[in-house]
Amino acid sequence: MQLQFTVNERPCHVDDVWEGESLLFVLRERVGLWGSKNACEQGECGSCTVLLDGAAVCSCLVAAGQVDGRHVVTVEGLGDRSDLHPVQQAFVDAGAVQCGFCTPGLVVATADLLRRNPSPSDAEIREALAGNLCRCTGYAQILDAVRLAAAVAR
Amino acid sequence: MEFLAPTSWDEALAVKAEHPEAEVIAGGTDVMVDLNFDRRRPAMLVDLTRIADLATWQIDGSVLTIGAGVTYARIIDELSTLAPGLAIASRTVGSPQIRNRGTIGGNLGSASPAGDAHPPLLATKATVEVASARGSRSVPVEKFFTGAKRHVLAPDELIAAVTVPVAAGPQQFAKVGTRNAMVIAVTSFALALDPHAHAVGTGIGSAAPTPIRAEEAERVLAGELAAADQWEHRRPLDDHLVDHFARLSAEAAAPIDDVRGTAAYRRHALAVLARRTLSWAWSEYQRN
Repeated sequence: MQLQFTVNERPCHVDDVWEGESLLFVLRERVGLWGSKNACEQGECGSCTVLLDGAAVCSCLVAAGQVDGRHVVTVEGLGDRSDLHPVQQAFVDAGAVQCGFCTPGLVVATADLLRRNPSPSDAEIREALAGNLCRCTGYAQILDAVRLAAAVAR
Repeated sequence: MEFLAPTSWDEALAVKAEHPEAEVIAGGTDVMVDLNFDRRRPAMLVDLTRIADLATWQIDGSVLTIGAGVTYARIIDELSTLAPGLAIASRTVGSPQIRNRGTIGGNLGSASPAGDAHPPLLATKATVEVASARGSRSVPVEKFFTGAKRHVLAPDELIAAVTVPVAAGPQQFAKVGTRNAMVIAVTSFALALDPHAHAVGTGIGSAAPTPIRAEEAERVLAGELAAADQWEHRRPLDDHLVDHFARLSAEAAAPIDDVRGTAAYRRHALAVLARRTLSWAWSEYQRN
């Protein structure tokens, strides 16, 4: 099947998509956006988190055909090496990155949280990031990074 | 594989009539896991997320109709007053990402014994509105589940909506799991008090082949509350009554040992959850 959708504000046309594949597969293997990570493929780890029409979702659980005509924002759409998003900068400054595999999903989930709630409490941060697993840091620096990003934005 | 995305309900029913074997997908939180792990290879996927009407809810008098495509996130944001038990249960589902996608219709369609929406729907005596090109029918939710991951839907039928009475009194839900997020219930319990009808509703999750009510517990509690004129007086509940309700709730279950917990643990936990939810709900009733 063919898909037309918007990725990071640019129109995207993809051919020869298998109907049973996920948005994550489309992004990584067909569009060449490798920021969204493929780990659990069952919505448990959050490393593939993207914004679909503005809502944080696990891209591994979205069927390719469901994004036809929709707007997707991946971690690449938030910022890049020369122009980091404030959340990305906060993750760097707080040392919230170790192996880095979970980071794109956490950055997208954090950006989504701070857009909805610019001054989250610690409980709200934990709740918002409950679907993003990190197996290195123990989460303390990640929470620091979210607090830092929120403080910088204020 | 074919992928069809009907944009109207009639079109969806026509597709299902012509292709009853087609797999239906909404939020994808169950269907995509099976596809990703190669557990299922349906010949056709029918996407219901383009049907705008399916993702709406309405109130008609004292009846709330929730379209099958309404997500947990929207139940939490929009229905916490009208359907508080369902909203509390929805908050315990997965993670924000899952709650943004998963739908109440999908929860029913998957018919997991552990589905988080099921106990509050049982406690409020919800009705599942089912339709096919042949017509529509209403199925009481306690008749909807026929076994683990099985339900009464014919192959050509789709879930249109769920109707529940607008909450007339306190409702509660509690769930046991290994952490606060991303857990499939080890067991769960829902309670609904209806001071107008003098009725008590319950729902038990993940402790029998299907979600079930604790009917004897409902009957005994409602009887004792009426006998002591408690709906009127709102005095503190007698400890023996709370214990009795908890014990009857646990006895209603038919749990098994599995990877998430033992039968004995589930039964013990159910009594605890029944006691807690009754205490919370009664405190709320006394305050208001």
